[in-house]
Amino acid sequence: MFLWVIQRDLLLAMRQRADVLTTLFFFIIVVSLFPLGVGPEINMLRAMAPGVMWVAALLASMLSLERMFSSDYLDGTLEQMLLSPQPLSLVVLGKVLAHWLVTGVPLVLIAPVLGIQFNLPMDALLVLTASLLLGTPVLSLIGAIGAALTLGLRGGGVLVSLLVLPLYIPVLIFGAGAVEASSVGLGASTHLSLLGAFLLASLVFAPWATAAALRISME
Amino acid sequence: MAINWFKYSSPASFYSLAGKMIPIFSITTIALFVMGLYTGFFVAPTDFQQSEAYRIIFIHVPAAWMSMFLYLVMASWAAIGLAFNTRLSSMIATAIAPTGAMFTFLALWTGALWGKPMWGTWWVWDARLTSELILLFLYIGFMALQAAIDDPRRADKAGAVIALVGVVNIPIIYFSVKWWNTLHQGATVSLTQSPKMATTMLTGMFIMALACWMYSIVVVLMRTRTIILERERHTTWVSELQGTA
Repeated sequence: MFLWVIQRDLLLAMRQRADVLTTLFFFIIVVSLFPLGVGPEINMLRAMAPGVMWVAALLASMLSLERMFSSDYLDGTLEQMLLSPQPLSLVVLGKVLAHWLVTGVPLVLIAPVLGIQFNLPMDALLVLTASLLLGTPVLSLIGAIGAALTLGLRGGGVLVSLLVLPLYIPVLIFGAGAVEASSVGLGASTHLSLLGAFLLASLVFAPWATAAALRISME
Repeated sequence: MAINWFKYSSPASFYSLAGKMIPIFSITTIALFVMGLYTGFFVAPTDFQQSEAYRIIFIHVPAAWMSMFLYLVMASWAAIGLAFNTRLSSMIATAIAPTGAMFTFLALWTGALWGKPMWGTWWVWDARLTSELILLFLYIGFMALQAAIDDPRRADKAGAVIALVGVVNIPIIYFSVKWWNTLHQGATVSLTQSPKMATTMLTGMFIMALACWMYSIVVVLMRTRTIILERERHTTWVSELQGTA
């Protein structure tokens, strides 16, 4: 069931490739806007790069949250999933994983290329990619709770940002902090371990909370 | 003697109970505020380091305490409402949110007013200030979510989920001054050590904290009564209430 959900969501995403690419290009455009906005001074850009990339990743991941459940909700598939004998949290975990594969992984892959634009050194690029790799699944997991709660509400998109962004802040702080710590020579391992801890904790609690939220929204 | 604890979990009987409790708590609130403000402004000595500016703690610290405490109370009522499907608990949670948000804002604002002369800046991005700001966002998110849902029962439950998820933030705020080296000073008052400030200052602060607590109770009871009336407007007891009034 778990694998089936992932497979199905990936297939659906591949059928509508434009959606996936929109998120990716949104990320690229937002990141590219900053040098234009603050000027091409290379030292300042290098200092800003981790924060900029992380904020852009946050926004990109949030924009695509609505799609996680809404199409299934509209055509009634979600209702069938709720009725299935398998635990709902497992279904949710599958959907979240598919969401991450479609929106998170491309960001992680493109991030080093964008980092080169900001003249980041090699080890900072590595840390940035590692922090995004650990952090973006957390964003999908936490975001799923918000997406489930706002399912079918008017103004859902704006509401999701209000609910989810405050909860994203710790991930942002430690994600961007990891790159910063490694560039001043403190080593990124503490920040990365904390991100790993966030990932594990949200893996345990988020699918469960999302399942509860879905049941509330589908009543 | 067996007390029927569940009697007042019915909105109708709680409505009249709250009506009787409001005057008692209002008088307590006013008395405590008068006492606390008097102690704060006239009894407590001037601080040798911060001179008169420190007096902001008489509202800043109680507001910060209440902001965290009210979130916990709100989340626990929301959880009770979610777990036992009791209408009244969720109504109380809804009623607490605006007061909690107000205290959070007050803590941030008074902190900024104090920070300008003491730190030379209105705002710093340190852990405690940031996490208190997140708390304000959580309150706003809770209220926005409930406002966006038309069905009150769904609003209660959805709010409960988001409130419970946000509880993670409370220990982070509370321990932020211990975990990180922040500009915000560490706790001056703790349960395990003797206080590091003059007794009159401490008394004033505690009286103000109690006053804020009583104030929250009054406001929450009043708001709960309004919510009860709004939600139960189709029931007979409300129309009887209107007939007699």
